[in-house]
Amino acid sequence: MEILQLTVSGLANGCIYGLIALGFVLIYKATEQVNFAQGDMMMLGAFLAVGLGNADWLGMPFLVACAGAVAGMAAVGWSMERLVLRRIFGQSQVTVVILTIALGFVLRFVAGLVWGHEPLSLENPLAGSNARFAGLVLGLDEVAVIVVTLLLTGLLFVFFNRSRLGIAMQASSQNQLAAYYMGIPVRRIHGLTWALAGAIAAIAGILFATKGSIDPSAGLLGIKAFAAAVIGGFGSLPGALLGGLLVGLSEPFAARFIAAGYSQIIPYALLIVVLLLRPQGLFSQVMGKKV
Amino acid sequence: MSSGALLEVRNLESYYGPVMALRGVSLDVPEGSVVTVLGANGAGKTTLLRTISGVLDPEKGSVALAGEAIAGVDPDVIVTRGVVHVPEGREVFPLLSVASNLRLGAYTRSDDAIEDDLGLVLGYFPVLKERLAQPAGTLSGGEQQMLVIGRALMARPRIMLLDEPSLGLSPRLVSAILATVRRLNREQGVSMLLVEQNARQALDIADYGYVLELGRVVLDGPADRLRQSADIREFYLGGQAAGGRGERRWKRRKTWR
Ligand SMILES: Nc1ncnc2c1ncn2[C@@H]1O[C@H](COP(=O)(O)OP(=O)(O)O)[C@@H](O)[C@H]1O
Ligand SMILES: [Mg+2]
Repeated sequence: MEILQLTVSGLANGCIYGLIALGFVLIYKATEQVNFAQGDMMMLGAFLAVGLGNADWLGMPFLVACAGAVAGMAAVGWSMERLVLRRIFGQSQVTVVILTIALGFVLRFVAGLVWGHEPLSLENPLAGSNARFAGLVLGLDEVAVIVVTLLLTGLLFVFFNRSRLGIAMQASSQNQLAAYYMGIPVRRIHGLTWALAGAIAAIAGILFATKGSIDPSAGLLGIKAFAAAVIGGFGSLPGALLGGLLVGLSEPFAARFIAAGYSQIIPYALLIVVLLLRPQGLFSQVMGKKV
Repeated sequence: MSSGALLEVRNLESYYGPVMALRGVSLDVPEGSVVTVLGANGAGKTTLLRTISGVLDPEKGSVALAGEAIAGVDPDVIVTRGVVHVPEGREVFPLLSVASNLRLGAYTRSDDAIEDDLGLVLGYFPVLKERLAQPAGTLSGGEQQMLVIGRALMARPRIMLLDEPSLGLSPRLVSAILATVRRLNREQGVSMLLVEQNARQALDIADYGYVLELGRVVLDGPADRLRQSADIREFYLGGQAAGGRGERRWKRRKTWR
């Protein structure tokens, strides 16, 4: 039964890595920019929920605080594209990487200024309660993380495959030039993609903060999520989620069956193995243009 | 200087950085006609279409659609005005289904005739009907060319800008595709500005033609007259000069220079 507990806690962490990885891939597919502030956006989203919901702060009802944090981070993502990234569009990947790392520092600084550097946890209705299931004790918060991630994945799937905007987002990420020629407003779509990545980051942050606590450096988790995105094949949304789950699962098992410290390096060991054996990632999609 | 044509291009100059790719191009596409622009590689044909569709801003000159200036307007706005550009190289959305590709052609529309128009497009390109659920990246080159023309038709344009639809296709496929372009023009009333290197086949379906060289129009006239023109025959149709062709190219000067 221990295996099952390890699995649930690994999956719960993996969901969070997966959601951050999803943000990386979303933005990369739409704009070919790698946003190294994605982890810090997750962190800020968590703090926004704390600021709106915790009793010491604004004390709004939990769900209202969550909705506010998601909307707030969508606005932050949209503004980052509009005010910064759009201006350097077309510049080298290195410029984008340095700039987004710098933006991440800014977000960390702002969070530290407003919420301080002590770890805070997000007050929520599930905190501390356990689910007993066939003689097994599971943290309700961990179960909730998995359920919310599943729901969000389903929602995103429907959005990308059924809605006009979702299909246009896919189209402009597959062939920006053609999208442009068909009258799809590509720039607005870039902005909306950053907004969506911000909203997903906020959800990841809320889930992260319900499970544990949040401090301004929590965004460094983004590096693990980046590894997860690469493992999944940087161009694939399902790949990002699965990569996240794989990394999440690897950690508790490595700690349990190898030695405690190994959970720290197993994600990167996985990354190296995948890059050596299958450099395009595990779940990459191939595109073809016939001549 | 208005000629009353649907599309009027006047003294258009476009640059890529310091490179001047269009050096004062003027042309007309009268409503309901097929006009072709011929020219060798690098003549500026693609640049001309990009400037008309708003992907590239001109340095000087004007583009008017039905008398209204559109030079420098954003491409998505130009599409809603009725100009749709089918770029060279069959730019499909490779992972999306053929059906999604076609529906995306109607992205700027909000009327309820979109599904009817899908049927209309499939009527012109029946091969696409069997492939509706297939990712567009898996189609053959000819099918992809039909798809991008069909997708452009879904925008219900007044004028279509076609950039070398024959590139890399077999002569039989080229005839079939150009014949469909002509049918779309006659039956759907879509005016066509057709850019081609394949002069013979383009002139067969066009009403009027222009020859572009190094960013300038060097010759223009009704298609049947251009077909007879000695220069066109020699330099673009590879006609009479067969045999010692390479040599004669050097000796004979083009009369339009
Ligand atoms: N993106 C670009 N950057 C710089 N120069 C370009 C670019 N595209 C085309 N050119 C130059 O502009 C001229 C016209 O090119 P183009 O319009 O593509 O010709 P065509 O379509 O007739 O082959 C050529 O000299 C070409 O080298
Ligand atoms: Mg060209």
